[in-house]
Amino acid sequence: MTTTGSRVLGWSAAVSLALTAWMALVASPADAVQGDAVRLLYLHVPTAWLAMYLSFGVTTLASVLYLWKRTRSQFWDLVAGASAEIGVVFLGLTLVIGSIWGRPIWGVWWTWDARLTSTAVLFVLYLGYLAIRRVPAEPHVRGRRAAIVALAAFVDVPVVHMAVDWWRTLHQEASVLDERRLGDPQITGVMLFTLLLAVLAFTLLYFWLLVHRYRLARVEEEAEARRLEEALVERRAEGVEAVPEVSTT
Amino acid sequence: MFRDAALVAGKDLRIEARSRVATNQVLPFALLVLILFAFALDADRGQLASVAAGMFWVTVLFSGLLAVQRSFAVEAGDDARDALRLSGLDGAGVFLGKAGAVAAQLLALEVVLAAGVIVLYDVDLTGVAFFALVCTLATVGIAASGTVYGAVAAGLRVRETLLPLLVLPVLAPVLLGAARASEAVLGTTSTTMADAWPWVRLLAVFSTIYVAFGIVAFGPLLEES
Amino acid sequence: MSSPALPPAAMPLAARFRAAVSLLGRFPALAGVDLDVAPGEIVLLRGPNGAGKTTLLRACAGLVGITSGEAEVLGCDLSRDRRAVRRRVGLLGHATFLYDELTVADNLRFAARSAGRAAADGTVAMERLALDGRLRDLAVAKLSAGQRRRVALAAVVARRPELWLLDEPHASLDAAGRDLLDQLVTEAAAAGATVLLASHELDRADHLATRRVTIVGGRAEGGLLATVTPTPERQPARVP
Repeated sequence: MTTTGSRVLGWSAAVSLALTAWMALVASPADAVQGDAVRLLYLHVPTAWLAMYLSFGVTTLASVLYLWKRTRSQFWDLVAGASAEIGVVFLGLTLVIGSIWGRPIWGVWWTWDARLTSTAVLFVLYLGYLAIRRVPAEPHVRGRRAAIVALAAFVDVPVVHMAVDWWRTLHQEASVLDERRLGDPQITGVMLFTLLLAVLAFTLLYFWLLVHRYRLARVEEEAEARRLEEALVERRAEGVEAVPEVSTT
Repeated sequence: MFRDAALVAGKDLRIEARSRVATNQVLPFALLVLILFAFALDADRGQLASVAAGMFWVTVLFSGLLAVQRSFAVEAGDDARDALRLSGLDGAGVFLGKAGAVAAQLLALEVVLAAGVIVLYDVDLTGVAFFALVCTLATVGIAASGTVYGAVAAGLRVRETLLPLLVLPVLAPVLLGAARASEAVLGTTSTTMADAWPWVRLLAVFSTIYVAFGIVAFGPLLEES
Repeated sequence: MSSPALPPAAMPLAARFRAAVSLLGRFPALAGVDLDVAPGEIVLLRGPNGAGKTTLLRACAGLVGITSGEAEVLGCDLSRDRRAVRRRVGLLGHATFLYDELTVADNLRFAARSAGRAAADGTVAMERLALDGRLRDLAVAKLSAGQRRRVALAAVVARRPELWLLDEPHASLDAAGRDLLDQLVTEAAAAGATVLLASHELDRADHLATRRVTIVGGRAEGGLLATVTPTPERQPARVP
């Protein structure tokens, strides 16, 4: 993406975020049941969508493309890493905002309902992915290892969801505390519009962040490559110096 | 592939027979964990019977981690990966062999641990065959996923801290499933057999997924450096 | 002891490298190797420490990746699939690749069978290297360094490889062991196997070798067959 392109993206993200903020805080009404706390949902739902589906989805897709011979390229490796970082940050944000929202609504900071628990496990899964990316290694070695871990995490996500869902429905505690009910898109009109606007704004923000994080990663890789070329030159120079000693015998 | 698996599993189990690390170290560790839980939960309050199944599986999980670490530590010398790759054995075969050896050791451990739980936590085991089924499925899942992530972490200097971080979130469903299913036959909770069967299915699904994943991914994972 | 100076295309080479680069982390251990090895040759790799001899041997064993250039060993393209070649080579490296807790007999049996040979080949190797006496059922951890080296060598023999890769094989072997090694290498080459050996023991290795290649700064001198002349006091070819 060109600099102009990313600048356009950045500005549209900024504008839509500003608009969202205004709509969320000023223009839209407080909820009949939740009061002003509902405004937190305009932050919570988009970050959740962004983290869980968009960024980890991109990470998984990019990992597949990296592993598949036909499309293998460092581009996908860097995209996967960048997207996962953004995802982890936003997922953390989702959990925190959800917790803050939960306090006035449910009276507790945390509860072991299906959604929250699965989300927490997902969070730790991707922390593991980021950890494996940080272990020093050659780029293609690290890339492949990370891609395989990303796929294993992706494979695990539905299993975790299934398990945790069953767990909570069996215990039948979920009814009052079911976040799903309260966050239902039975909200209409202005509130629905604000929510959709928020999702759009955050999506734009995601792509803008992705472009910049990718560029940063790319520059880091190029710096390494340059160091490699210097190392190659030095290595070969060893040969030239050492030859006089070896040539006889 | 199966020939190679049998060769590797045989080698790993022979090493265990000679060095007895699982019997001398992992087993006592597991029993110790059971005892520590009893301290933590204050044995007199009668809670132990209701948490017995959960405690059993948490202990198995931690022991499984140790078993996997050991499985990769025995690969000769400085670099855990070199000897395995140099042998020229098929990656999928090595995976099945190593995971199989870990599973065998874990199953043996579970027999002793079950006896330990029955005695120490004062519970009854009402369905031995069902419990054996749960144990087998869960153990295959633990061994398979542990071996996959063991390969990811093998040879890295940070592997002792990295392996638990990678494996435990993945094993969360296994813990959940195995504990809830076991409760039907172990301990005093209200879980019925009807409740337990969906969990058994979950364990079967998990195990199948990770065995398949390991067969495909283990070879490429070893190909580093 | 002459090496045939045939153009490389005339017969299938045991190993062929062109401008091969191999990275260890970020360090270019091999910085553009040109090397041909004909089957049945015993090639001596010599050069200063850190020149890349070990890496080259490991590359031939399919253990290290070739990041650029061409590399083909026993007909297998190393940049595409390194695994195929491993069963057919035997590497005697700095590490022993033995399982400390297992006995000599167990280790050799495993070595043979993992290369697709019969367990009996392990027994034969044991006898050949005089390991079948009291050492046979001893755990490898209990052996001395020299004895372990013998077992490692036996493991290579047990695999009956087409390509022998020996990294400083004479080191830590006693006099009897060294003689045995020389015999084994000569027999193997006579039977059609190829041997690449890296050594600082130039007197011994020189007698053994049919050709000498110098490895320096991650590159090979005298590596290409067409440039080799068979006289013992040849001048190495200049780096182009």
